[in-house]
Amino acid sequence: MKKTQTKRFPLPVILAIFFAACFLVLPLIFVIVQALSQGIGAYLANITEEYTQKAMLLTLKTTVVVVLVNTVFGLFAAWTVTKYSFPGRKALTTLIDLPLSVSPVISGLAFLLVFGRTSPLYGLLEGIGLKVVYAVPGIVLATLFVTFPYISREMIPVLSAQGRDEEEAAALMGAGWFTIFWRVTFPHIKWSLLYGVVLCTARAMGEFGAVSILSGHLRGKTNTLPLHIEILYNEFRYSEAFAVSSILVILALLVLVLRSLIEHRGRKGEA
Amino acid sequence: MYLELKNINKSFAGFKAARDVSLGVEKGSLTALLGPSGSGKTTVLRIIAGLEAPDSGEIILDGRSVNELPGSQRGIGFVFQNYALFRYMTVYDNIAFGLQVQKKNKKEIKERVVELMELTGLAGLEKRYPNQLSGGQRQRVAFARALAPNPQLLLLDEPFAAIDAKVRGELRLWLKNMIHRLGVTSIFVTHDQSEAVEVADQIVIMNEGQIEQSGTPLQIYKRPRTPFVAQFVGDSSVIEGYERFAGFQRVPGADKAVLRPEFVECFRPDNKKLAAAMGAMERGTIQEIVFKGHCMELTLSVQGAGLRAQRSLERRPVQLGDEMMVLIYRMYVFDGENARLLENQELLKIPPDQVPAAQM
Repeated sequence: MKKTQTKRFPLPVILAIFFAACFLVLPLIFVIVQALSQGIGAYLANITEEYTQKAMLLTLKTTVVVVLVNTVFGLFAAWTVTKYSFPGRKALTTLIDLPLSVSPVISGLAFLLVFGRTSPLYGLLEGIGLKVVYAVPGIVLATLFVTFPYISREMIPVLSAQGRDEEEAAALMGAGWFTIFWRVTFPHIKWSLLYGVVLCTARAMGEFGAVSILSGHLRGKTNTLPLHIEILYNEFRYSEAFAVSSILVILALLVLVLRSLIEHRGRKGEA
Repeated sequence: MYLELKNINKSFAGFKAARDVSLGVEKGSLTALLGPSGSGKTTVLRIIAGLEAPDSGEIILDGRSVNELPGSQRGIGFVFQNYALFRYMTVYDNIAFGLQVQKKNKKEIKERVVELMELTGLAGLEKRYPNQLSGGQRQRVAFARALAPNPQLLLLDEPFAAIDAKVRGELRLWLKNMIHRLGVTSIFVTHDQSEAVEVADQIVIMNEGQIEQSGTPLQIYKRPRTPFVAQFVGDSSVIEGYERFAGFQRVPGADKAVLRPEFVECFRPDNKKLAAAMGAMERGTIQEIVFKGHCMELTLSVQGAGLRAQRSLERRPVQLGDEMMVLIYRMYVFDGENARLLENQELLKIPPDQVPAAQM
């Protein structure tokens, strides 16, 4: 009978725990330890420093705008590709995933070409006084692009599993599209939508590559938290760099907690 | 005619789901659209509901063409195959939805929902969610929801498919009585002929997107007009070379015949009352006996063909290998397109009171 007994820690489990400890937990602990290495007073001074505060504010602003916009468009995209049939539907579904397969640096460069000095759009936007590249709109655009798939990807499987029957039933009874969405579809997708929003938030806060290209690194103006960390690091201000990093780490942990809460709640809602 | 379809055609990516479908439905009647899966019956139902637009043809509802009218304005109630209940709404809200959408006042809605819940035997379940109901209860909710806005026409897509066999029989009769009581014109789709026969006033049989025959259940059973209907309806089996049996002559052009167990009767050879009908009978041996619960089903080998007959449990018992006298009362013979009834000619020659029947 011994063979059929399951050991509490079989080899694959041990390997997985070891891997997670080495590559995920240990670095996080080191970041926190480094941040606090010169005492809590220095840590507080580091994270309340003027440019850090400004970077934090910019990151939060960008994140809020990006999450709002992507929630709306992600919803529309997911709704469109699952509830309607039209030519090019498959292509659109694939296109939604594009930002995930393109390196963020490349998307940053693409935006630079579209809105930069060499582009015909540049003069046009200049005319209405809008500066995109090396300014906040560029940062928002880059982050929008990179985080676009997160919300729709969470919802497409749920929406397509649900089928169209309930919507058809509601439409036959004379309900308009908003009523159908709000009363029939939304209750079904709200947990996966929230989950998508959380993922999108996490990704938007941490985006580095695309933003780095479009930002111009103007301290106090176009520096987001990740960019600020890099600058500090390059200036050999390690304890400051780690202190600022710890903010992002704490935000990431918060997001993780939220995420598991939502997953738990969502599963309960299904039952 | 309350509803009329005229020459409806519909294709999906080259597949012809409906070909030149024309049918009429009387006000207050209950019609079954019967056919095997893929025969286009659900497509026709969805076209009537406005969930699909026909490629050509006309839909006339209560005297006017509704082709251009969206489904929500056709005065239709629809019961979906898996009910499509709103799973995040209570039973009450499900039934109330159609009225809420029409912006009826709260009191009116409440009265109507309560009335329907009483009518469908759902009283007391208003706060439940669909996943807390049994299959039969869900069907009742779907039915009540479709009826709430007082539709003129009720459409039901395989209304009994998701219900287990035992409850199904009960629900059929319940639904039939309910629909007749309310007097709402109804059409339901089914692939189950016994369901159609039991419930419907009119049956429309579809095959490969076309209507094969429509009529009352009795007409469909007694006078199948096409080979498909003859084979699809009843417990039919096809035999070739039917002219070898006593009392049947070959009909030019028709090489095949359809027999049902109720067309065949067998008697023990020592039965004294057979004398007059001997010329109409064949000899056969019992090849197989299957106990069906309410009767025995015998397979008899007659002139090399296997014919099925039913035998009441009240009659004298028989055994495998017993020799029997076999009487074929009638059969349907068909050529490529038409089916016709063929009576046993020898039987017609003897006085009706001497024709052997199962009681003997």
